[in-house]
Amino acid sequence: MLRLEARPNPSRTMQALTPVIAVAATMIAGGILFALLGKSPFAAIRMLFWDPVFGEFAFYYRGQILIKAAPLILIALGLSFGFRANIWNIGAEGQFIMGAVVGGATGLALYPYEAFWVFPLMIIMGAIGGMLWGLIPAFLKIKFNANEILVSLMLVYVASNFLAAMVTGPLRSPVGMNFPVSRNFSEYASAANEELIAGTGMHWGVVTAFLAVIVAYIALTRHIAGFQIQVTGQSARAAKFGGINPNLTIALCLGLSGALAGMAGIFEATGPAGKLSTNFPVGYGFTAIIVAFLGRLNPIGVLLAGLLLAITFVGGDVVQTELQVPKASIQVFQGMLLFFLLGSEILVNFRLRLNKKGVA
Amino acid sequence: MDFSAISPVSLIVSLIAASTPILLAAIGELVVEKSGVLNLGVEGMMIIGAITGFIAAVSTGNPFLGFLGGAIGGALVSIIFIVLTQYLMANQVASGLGLTMIGLGLAALLGHSYAGIKPPSSPHLDIAGLSDLPVVGPILFNHDFIIYFSIILTASVWYFLNRTKAGLILRAVGENHDAAHALGYKVVRVRIYAILFGGACAGIGGAYLSLIRVPQWTEGMTAGAGWIALAIVVFGSWKPWRVLIGAYLFGGVTILQLNLQAVGVNIGAAYLSMTPYIITIIVLVIMSSDKKRASLNAPAALGKLFHASK
Repeated sequence: MLRLEARPNPSRTMQALTPVIAVAATMIAGGILFALLGKSPFAAIRMLFWDPVFGEFAFYYRGQILIKAAPLILIALGLSFGFRANIWNIGAEGQFIMGAVVGGATGLALYPYEAFWVFPLMIIMGAIGGMLWGLIPAFLKIKFNANEILVSLMLVYVASNFLAAMVTGPLRSPVGMNFPVSRNFSEYASAANEELIAGTGMHWGVVTAFLAVIVAYIALTRHIAGFQIQVTGQSARAAKFGGINPNLTIALCLGLSGALAGMAGIFEATGPAGKLSTNFPVGYGFTAIIVAFLGRLNPIGVLLAGLLLAITFVGGDVVQTELQVPKASIQVFQGMLLFFLLGSEILVNFRLRLNKKGVA
Repeated sequence: MDFSAISPVSLIVSLIAASTPILLAAIGELVVEKSGVLNLGVEGMMIIGAITGFIAAVSTGNPFLGFLGGAIGGALVSIIFIVLTQYLMANQVASGLGLTMIGLGLAALLGHSYAGIKPPSSPHLDIAGLSDLPVVGPILFNHDFIIYFSIILTASVWYFLNRTKAGLILRAVGENHDAAHALGYKVVRVRIYAILFGGACAGIGGAYLSLIRVPQWTEGMTAGAGWIALAIVVFGSWKPWRVLIGAYLFGGVTILQLNLQAVGVNIGAAYLSMTPYIITIIVLVIMSSDKKRASLNAPAALGKLFHASK
């Protein structure tokens, strides 16, 4: 019989290896899923992982990968800080929306004034919007002990209704023929988040995401704040004795992840999405949770995981059109990835042992 | 604006119907949390129940089998959570989130050829004389069978937790799993039964949405009902009857805002649609603010991992 034995220390090898194991297991299980749907599993897996990066149309897909990876990485970086400290912000989707609404409203208020500072101002306002939205659960947790998981999640629904109210009300485009959409940012030069090099997908959000990875890495490994977050996560009591203010950590983690999600939101609205509409949120805030875990809550890991998930998004679109599978199958596929990851985590803290006969 | 269009009797009747899916899911989750497990996958189990129940009802033409299908679907999908948290020692918060994500995806996958179909209608209680009484008749004696089932379920869970030995063991496991283990109780087994029960309840709640409340299958139709159920458990401070009151209060808010939208109150529909979620947050804040009382009621081992080696 197989038996679990606790390791005295978490295994470092396994820590690095589990994401690889999880991806491999997901490919196998995903292949079975596609086979059950009556599609060739090999073709599907190839389209999901290979074609977006190396296939015939990869020159187009590679740009798409960056576009999809940027918000995932930005949001997941913020989340990973909180998750390390056992602070569960799962409402990043709401902070993403509020960032887009606040940043977008700033830009639309200035329309048609053209100036170089319009776009940076929108980004800052977007970050502030997301941060404030993230600080609501932080405040309610600090002051009233309310569970941040439930509050941040409820706020997603509030935010998406608020977005609907805005695009059917004050932010509705005067030239949009009464559709619930805002003005198109690409027609407002100062507010548009254009590709920096045509055809690469590289926009300011992508640049920011890469920069954020570096900053987060330094903050986590070299700065006292990163250390405090790690200590809080490992033992809240020890952190308290060490003079770390737990309330400050809560506010820091939720505010920071809110700001990053808000920034991702406004980059998305001004760039790839082009406008605010009720269809604007597509679930980056939730997928980023998978990215954070797959990246093992480590900035470099988050970068790689964000790119991988972005590949499955782009590849997912390919599979969807080429093999005619429903969009949801990709969602299931990503969900499986999280499960295999969580499941293989046990190898980090436990060792599998074969029970010998006669040994009780 | 014409407020006379809102009749109090029909308001209460629709309030009960709006509350029932949340009540069912919350009662299931209450048992799960009492055993010391925090399953955040209620939303995922609910939507799986919604589609499996819908498929079962449409393909058999029998609403009873539909609800059975919902229960089985919800329980089956909760097995993923069981494997992860009870055998593989995975983090419960993350596993619950994952369960919700995969539930939403899986349900959309299962249901994509079922959109736009009408399910068979469920029978209503109809007692000659009683059901026709003014006011009392429609409020008490003219509901579908699941509403009566949900109230009986609440009573049974109360009785089970407070008056039976098995219920006592379940609570012991939830308060201190190491002590319960030392006494020889099977911690993991108790928790597995609790999670399966929670999954089945959430599944029935989901099936109620797709078979009676809406009644139709649409992607993402639970719209946060599972999360609200989680909040209701906190609101009810882990007590079955208070959970029932919480669910009905919540249903009341939902119905009121829908009615206000219908009579055309001069606030945007989107703002009214926010109210149930905002109320949930407010209620959560009120119930959690008294730290001493909150920690007195919450199961002490909630969300903690158990491994017999320790």
